[in-house]
Amino acid sequence: MIRWALLILGGCLLGGVVHIATIIMLPRTATRDAYSRLEPITPVNKVTPIPPPTSDAATMPYMDPAFASAICRYDLSQGPMKLTVPVRTAYTSVSFYTDSDVAYYAINDRAAGRRVIELDLMTVDQHNQMPEEEDVTAADRLIVESPTLTGLIAIRALAPEPSLLPQAQSAVAAAQCLRSDDVKRPR
Amino acid sequence: MRLLLGTLFVLAVGAVIGLGGTYLALKRGAAFGSLTIGAWTAWPKTGTADADPYARASIARIGLLPTAVGDGITFAAEADDNGKPLDGRCDVLVSGITPSARFWTITLYNREGELAANSVGRHGFTSQEIVRGADGSFAIIAAPRAQPGNWLPTGGIERYTLVLRLYDTAVGVSTRAGREVPMPSITTRSCP
Repeated sequence: MIRWALLILGGCLLGGVVHIATIIMLPRTATRDAYSRLEPITPVNKVTPIPPPTSDAATMPYMDPAFASAICRYDLSQGPMKLTVPVRTAYTSVSFYTDSDVAYYAINDRAAGRRVIELDLMTVDQHNQMPEEEDVTAADRLIVESPTLTGLIAIRALAPEPSLLPQAQSAVAAAQCLRSDDVKRPR
Repeated sequence: MRLLLGTLFVLAVGAVIGLGGTYLALKRGAAFGSLTIGAWTAWPKTGTADADPYARASIARIGLLPTAVGDGITFAAEADDNGKPLDGRCDVLVSGITPSARFWTITLYNREGELAANSVGRHGFTSQEIVRGADGSFAIIAAPRAQPGNWLPTGGIERYTLVLRLYDTAVGVSTRAGREVPMPSITTRSCP
């Protein structure tokens, strides 16, 4: 009797370990998560418009049909990135995700405070290696630190009415995400 | 022999409890820090870098990109205020006001997160499209057949989920359910 009770207790403890291990392992082994879905259809370091979801086809589940969206799948191993998003419609937001779909930063047009959202994306190491005087002149530059080398930037513009969707789509399609070295310095 | 039997028993119990627990946790959305107001539930922490392992696992399993907190917050309802699952064959009234936000959208999905097919191609409303009453409140009727006012077609599907997204809002990780966060009520009015 005691033997069975002990065996059940052991089983429960093992079950707890299995449960925690599977929960932690799942994001790493998932093949249908957002990053894996987007990887084959988005070239790296380039803005790719994503078609709005319809009842027949959607790139991801639970997409908001009122938004035009574009994805920049980035890879910072060659150096920092520069992102420019024009603000044209009612509401524009830029969200940053790691390669395991964790949202680590987001900004919207009002917080950016201009007609263009401009920011630099780099890893913590790249930020630390930035020359100091450049950091000072760049005081008004918005710098986002990515916790991972690769990830996703989701650029989304709201169409308050369906008729404004083409305008929102052209705004997100006009967004640029380029390696900082490829961007011509204005000075 | 006894040792072998015992070991197999422990392994079986462990597998059933462990995998069963994982399945249930992901199916029911067991992330920490949920915010429930009326029929609506949100997981504000899912949209931050502090997302817990349960949140990360369910994001990966569903395959969506969560709404980041700097962008907005996503509330979902699978049942009405009385706990009755939302049924696309019934007339369901969604009425009231939302917490303050620059924009909001309400969208109807099937339980797989796909837009429900319907003849008029409407899947939701934005805060600008909606027709409001004199006091600023709104009423949306989710129903299989055309209705006057803000009609949200259900396409007659058996089960659906309503998703209310608030964009550029103060509602977030530190929000507690209370009077400052009024959410629309959901009532099932008539079923065939």
